[in-house]
Amino acid sequence: MLLRHTPKELRKRSALTVNPAKTCQPVGALYAALGVHRCLPHSHGSQGCCAYHRSMLTRHTKEPVMAATSSFTEGASVFGGMANLTQAIENIFALYDPDVVAVHTTCLSEVIGDDIPQIVRNAADAGKIPEGRTVIHANTPSFVGSHITGFANMTRALVEYFAEPGAAPTKRINVIPGFVEPSDMAELKRLAAEMGVEILLFPDTSGVLAAPMTGRHEFYPEGGVRVEDLRTVGGSLATLALGAWASAPAAEALEKKAQVSFEVLDTPIGLLATDRFVDALRRIGGVEATVSVTRERGRLVDLLADMSQYFYGKKVALVGDPDPVIALTEFCLTLDMKPVHVVTGTPGKRFEERVRGLLEEAGVEGNVAQASDMFHFHQLIKNEPVDLIIGNTYCKYIARDERTPLVRHGFPVLDRVGHQFFPTVGYRGAMRLAEKILDAFLDRADRETDETAFELVL
Amino acid sequence: MATETLRPEDAKRALTEAYPTKAARKRAKQIVVNAPPDAEGFRPPILSNTRTTPGVITQRGCSYAGCKGVILGPVRDILTITHGPVGCGFYSWLTRRNQTRPPSEDAPNYMPYALMTDMQENDIVFGGEKKLRKAIREAYEIFRPKAIAIAATCPVGLIGDDIHAVARDMKEELGINVFAFSCEGYKGVSQSAGHHIANNGIFEHVVGTRDEPPGGKFRINLLGEYNIGGDAFEIERILELCGITLVSTFSGNASYDQFARAHTADLNAVMCHRSINYMAEMTEEKYGIPWIKVNFIGAEATAKSLRKIAQYFGDPDLVERVEQVTADEMSRVRAVIDEVRPRTEGKTAMLFVGGSRAHHYQELFREIGMRTVAAGYEFGHRDDYEGRKVLPFIKIDADSRNIEELDVEPDPERYRPRKPPEELEALRAQGLDLGEYEGLMADMEEGSLVIDDITHYETERLIELYRPDVFCAGIKEKYVIQKHGIPMKQLHNYDYHGPYAGFRGAVRFYREIDRMASTRIWRHVTPPWAQDPRPETLRQAS
Repeated sequence: MLLRHTPKELRKRSALTVNPAKTCQPVGALYAALGVHRCLPHSHGSQGCCAYHRSMLTRHTKEPVMAATSSFTEGASVFGGMANLTQAIENIFALYDPDVVAVHTTCLSEVIGDDIPQIVRNAADAGKIPEGRTVIHANTPSFVGSHITGFANMTRALVEYFAEPGAAPTKRINVIPGFVEPSDMAELKRLAAEMGVEILLFPDTSGVLAAPMTGRHEFYPEGGVRVEDLRTVGGSLATLALGAWASAPAAEALEKKAQVSFEVLDTPIGLLATDRFVDALRRIGGVEATVSVTRERGRLVDLLADMSQYFYGKKVALVGDPDPVIALTEFCLTLDMKPVHVVTGTPGKRFEERVRGLLEEAGVEGNVAQASDMFHFHQLIKNEPVDLIIGNTYCKYIARDERTPLVRHGFPVLDRVGHQFFPTVGYRGAMRLAEKILDAFLDRADRETDETAFELVL
Repeated sequence: MATETLRPEDAKRALTEAYPTKAARKRAKQIVVNAPPDAEGFRPPILSNTRTTPGVITQRGCSYAGCKGVILGPVRDILTITHGPVGCGFYSWLTRRNQTRPPSEDAPNYMPYALMTDMQENDIVFGGEKKLRKAIREAYEIFRPKAIAIAATCPVGLIGDDIHAVARDMKEELGINVFAFSCEGYKGVSQSAGHHIANNGIFEHVVGTRDEPPGGKFRINLLGEYNIGGDAFEIERILELCGITLVSTFSGNASYDQFARAHTADLNAVMCHRSINYMAEMTEEKYGIPWIKVNFIGAEATAKSLRKIAQYFGDPDLVERVEQVTADEMSRVRAVIDEVRPRTEGKTAMLFVGGSRAHHYQELFREIGMRTVAAGYEFGHRDDYEGRKVLPFIKIDADSRNIEELDVEPDPERYRPRKPPEELEALRAQGLDLGEYEGLMADMEEGSLVIDDITHYETERLIELYRPDVFCAGIKEKYVIQKHGIPMKQLHNYDYHGPYAGFRGAVRFYREIDRMASTRIWRHVTPPWAQDPRPETLRQAS
């Protein structure tokens, strides 16, 4: 057994986290910053933070992940990181010529109490920031929240730094996608374009972390939201914040700054959450739902109805980030599956309320936990086994020990490809998820079913 | 090929010209054109183990990564708890590919577990010691380990949590060994500081606590082997064939008890000089165990290392057996070299990785006729480049001074010189390089580039200038290199392949490089229409 020391018996822990179901703020901030065109993320702290974040994001995306660090040593920890950040800014512009440097803090620089805006102002006064370039920042203490909080904070910083209150009105809708894959961001744009609704998606990693092989590494790939576009978000019709955890803070900040009203929607994973997203685009954008989108939806419903017998009543355990896990829970319920264990590592009591609400409505009894970990998640499965696990790559240890099929979803997925290219948001994304779930069940059946009951046809 | 016409001095200039003045000056001292030794045997000096200039985009990680990840990571039955916010423990969870083989299905193996205190704002404000104590108790209740290690992250040192006091108290309370590592990420200038801190801790708290030696006539420790992708298993296989007993490895496939009785070995064989030379020196001073540098990366290097071990023990049967094993294994290795070499001969490689791999892997490339045109370490020191003879001349800067040097004296009961001084002298006279390491430069061609702590900027320029056939580094560099259309080999995690150590590993590596150098996909980077992008009608017209 891989996780041979995990006992079935649940025991309350109040100080020890084992096998976390979250990570720290800065990696989320780094990921969000990559979604800005010609932006270099910068980690203000020890260089190990930046090395870890770049490694993890690279393993997840199989793409170059560029970011710089302040490389703190003991001296910087004692005297503060001003000299390091100033020097970093100078070197970054000389070597990498970005339009934007997006500084996020770390637990170290937060404990020291470095005042980033002050350091940046000094650097600007000393002429170290070239004309027309911007250094932005977000405070991302690792001892608060999770990587999702970090994503939310850096996304909010984009609004705080770039959004202009008096921006000219446009017919655009701002869409904040949340901590989803580059492929998901591309799909949200496609869906909106299909409906003839003009959206501005930010951040947008879709063209940054899915770069083609051309024989030359483009340090700043084509993608990412343009700074000039970010300046205009204050003139948009409204903001759709997809995910209360990852996206709402930026939408709130924009309302405050430029009076752009917003709606917080679930991450559009699954039929119903996508319906709500499409409907919001339709309502706010003042368009009819196009035939093509309605057809996409119909195709999805067709698939789910035809395959219902394979989903119905299956028990599933879900672990991951709050926004996508809420949507996945709802999708599993749409499929008549039973999400009996639903866990996130990110703190937030609302998660439990929301998921419990969904389960109660469907008449499913389940365990729901926030600020929890994968050790606990595994113990829940030991006490009530499931037919399927949906979660990140770390779940494979549980899946193997418990001989339970796994559908990989979330961050990080280190051991498979596909999530970079094929979305799970929208109707098409839901089809892909349904296909993956079906494959997981049927592959198992093909492997384990008695020879006499071996089936040729679905 | 570009390398034939490009002068290394010009390449060096091209690498540094974009830096602001101060950074350029520093980088110029870290980029050296390799030259033959001077009359006294010294190579050109290279600035290393020095602070990375902020903002340059470095490969380097931190002290915590070196301590918790590299040295403690491969040990299966010491339960390590990371004291800090969630990130550090998360990122170091199973990501280094250390393999381990517990002796039985129910023997302890904590490697798939990441334990941490997940410090919250309250713990930062009011101190985290209470939470740490509680976490240790909770961990003990679940896992019942024989030893618990505590690894510090950045905020711990700053807020003043006394993790060593907590360790002492918990040791008393639980009746098991509990020890702590002050490996905050800001210590030192790279992972290297963490290696040193880990060596000190294991040496102080574990080594020498179990006196019964294992059986076997020729007992050695293997130092600085971390069992990435199963390397240690291949080395264990070879040592067993030769009749050499492995008392302990630091720290691939290792267990607590192996460390505890490491002082019963009669020789320390050092693989990664950078990360573990401290342990070699300290165990020699305290217990009287001499050390030699070995290298099990490369078939010839493996054979040579085995011969050195045999020479040290001086037993004719052992010498004979080593020769037999080597001859037997090498016949299979040579067959593969002959098969692969026509496709790899004359190709070029670059290696920028770690603190020993950038040196060791040159052996493997050489064996299949490939040249290393540029190499350097991520966290090496001058002695790893220029050889240990520069040790007396290395200036200790403030960053290194902050890392504790243990004051080691001979153990009153356990110190036992393994051989009388005159015998050691005789061995030296016969060419056995006891306690020596020549460094990377000694094995590199004249005119090759040696670059310490290479930056992203330099990596890209280097690729444009040289277009090597294979580039070796780590995960952060992997896809940058490949986007340039050059196959990239990860030498931290072997691209989830391996093992590459020993004879069988060498064969696997040759085939892997053969695959990389001959993979068809690289020929298809340019679409056919880009070769003549004009539409058909225009083409006909011309």
